[in-house]
Amino acid sequence: MKNLLSISDLDQAGIIEVCDLTDSFLTVTHRDIPKVPALRGKTVASVFYEDSTRTRLSFETAAKRLSADVMTMNMSSSSVQKGESLRDTVQTIEAMGVDAIVIRHRHAGAPNQVATWVDLSVINAGDGRHEHPTQALLDVYTARRHLGDDLSGARIAIVGDIRRSRVARSTAKAFAQMGAKVTLVAPPTMLPDSLAGWPVTATSDFDEILSDVDLVYLLRIQHERQDSMAFPSLREYVSRYGLTNDRATRLGPEVLIMHPGPMNRGVEISPEVAESDASIITEQVENGVAVRMAVLYLLLGSGAPVA
Amino acid sequence: MVIRGGLVVDINGERKADVRVEAGKVTEVGTKLRGDREIDASGCVVSPGLVDMHVHLREPGMEEAETIETGSRAAALGGFTAVIAMPNTEPPQDDPIIISAVKARAQTALCDVYPAGAITKQREGLELAPMGEMHSLGVRIFTDDGACVASAGVMRSALQYARSLPGAIVAQHAEDETLATGHMHEGEWSSRLGIPGRPAEAEEIIVARDCILAAQTGTPVHFLHLSTAGSVAIVRAAKAQGIPVTAEAAPHHFTFTDESCATFDPLFKVNPPLRTKDDVAAVKAGLADGTIDVIASDHAPHPTETKERTFEEASPGMLGLETALALGISELVDAGVMTLPELLALMSWSPARLSGLADHGATIEKGVTANLCVIDPNLEWVLDPANLASRAQNTPMGGRKLKGKNRHTILRGEVVVLDGQATR
Repeated sequence: MKNLLSISDLDQAGIIEVCDLTDSFLTVTHRDIPKVPALRGKTVASVFYEDSTRTRLSFETAAKRLSADVMTMNMSSSSVQKGESLRDTVQTIEAMGVDAIVIRHRHAGAPNQVATWVDLSVINAGDGRHEHPTQALLDVYTARRHLGDDLSGARIAIVGDIRRSRVARSTAKAFAQMGAKVTLVAPPTMLPDSLAGWPVTATSDFDEILSDVDLVYLLRIQHERQDSMAFPSLREYVSRYGLTNDRATRLGPEVLIMHPGPMNRGVEISPEVAESDASIITEQVENGVAVRMAVLYLLLGSGAPVA
Repeated sequence: MVIRGGLVVDINGERKADVRVEAGKVTEVGTKLRGDREIDASGCVVSPGLVDMHVHLREPGMEEAETIETGSRAAALGGFTAVIAMPNTEPPQDDPIIISAVKARAQTALCDVYPAGAITKQREGLELAPMGEMHSLGVRIFTDDGACVASAGVMRSALQYARSLPGAIVAQHAEDETLATGHMHEGEWSSRLGIPGRPAEAEEIIVARDCILAAQTGTPVHFLHLSTAGSVAIVRAAKAQGIPVTAEAAPHHFTFTDESCATFDPLFKVNPPLRTKDDVAAVKAGLADGTIDVIASDHAPHPTETKERTFEEASPGMLGLETALALGISELVDAGVMTLPELLALMSWSPARLSGLADHGATIEKGVTANLCVIDPNLEWVLDPANLASRAQNTPMGGRKLKGKNRHTILRGEVVVLDGQATR
């Protein structure tokens, strides 16, 4: 595999391979010196056209722990500000002898286009409303650690603005690929216009499914979404779709809570639920580094066993 | 000059005949004609020149994409002897001075160029442009194309005012911009790809509204690039009631579907967007049963750099003049939707009549202006964007096998295209 543009680039066996590799890298990250020489001599460029703290840090940490050199493109001071095109920017980076570009862009499909313009590996770190495949991989990895390696039949609810969410587009597919039963939960204005091709079901009644889930995956609600007429007010959103303390009590005792971060405490999730034992949100972040090590290793590594 | 050995096709039907052209006119149609200069038409169809009611020539203002000269050369190569140039130039064709300037620049063009006038000043949809003054300069098509006249009040005013302008047609780019906020057809593929959409109802709402306004004012409304099954149904129903509406369809709307956008290639980005296969079928049916009156290319040149952006940032539109005929032959004639003479009606005499162009689309007989094209309907060719006459190369059809090609074009008796090559 050369690129990771979409979670659909991996079949179930591919996702399991990433998870298995992640296991070994997680051990590495727990060592005193959490570093292996697997990608020594390789250079990874992180090219973020959109602000991101966690994804960018996660990728850069992963690359460094694999001993790769990391080149960071700072968009606020770069030639992009001078009007350079995406194509010119990535071809310039390629000319410097970089092995992989990790790209985040505010528009869908930018990584796909970049992959047609350069020969190096392209990793999608989130593009518009399209996909966020490494998020999906870390979600599957984290869920498997709690629900068991076999996710078939696991009941997973993804709640929030699915229509505008790249996380939902990748994570729903990844869980479904692993055999889970995925339900999207949102007001109709936040569900996709068409569910054709989505291996999921959908509902606008959160309360109705509370007793019928193993894992609740909450998406970040962006306040500015109110401008796009998706919902009347944050208060109304919380009352109908927020995982409030009251709703949390109606979940089964073993139900897990996930969130891609950053959270809006008090909106999609109450502060108490976020801190509860059911929440494995911090673990998602921790696993994120190891998952991204696995992805980089898979795309750039020699194929030799991890040290 | 004699055009020899072809099958002459026009509104009166088809017959094997040679055509003599002298001093810009057809002087004789008969058999076994000989002349000093003979143009070979064997195996070909001799037709009145094609007429494209919808092209963007980009001059003035965006000459890096196209000029009147390069666009008219592309038109001539495509078999067109007349085009209507849309007013979204910079500055826009919303004023008699710009109209006169475009007409002056078009004097040396390789086809007749008729500028359309804007309906509103600056195409902003707020105040009426001087339609009467532009009408006195010969403008018959008024449109804000590229933008929809969003306000029902402004549209009704334009239609009422146009009653005083004989032959005037108000042409609408039907897309409600409060719904068409995205970049591709809203549906299965936009939902999968995460690209914000432009739903079918954005077009249909305006088509329905303007049918009502056409009925109320009595002024003809022409719908540009009709693209949805719902729009076709609305226009069909309106025509059945005798409402004075007409419509056009663009070749890309009967050739491609929204699935083409799955690779995120901005060459497939166009407004209105590529629709579903049901919409494609409805557009074809509308062309076959007369609901849609003409085929128009919506030739929209854009410089490469505005297409090498993300799908969401790229400019909408694609080239069409040099591929329209081939797509008509491949997708409509070969697909059994219509005969070649019916296709030529949609591409020549129907748009000529609708646009009020007496010199174009005429019956090929003694005395008419010699605006003709000679088409080889069976020639198979592969499109190389670098070989197009247009200054821009934004066509998604590069490398695509096409069937049917214009061979010669005669403009007022002058051979402007000979054997697929422009003569100037």
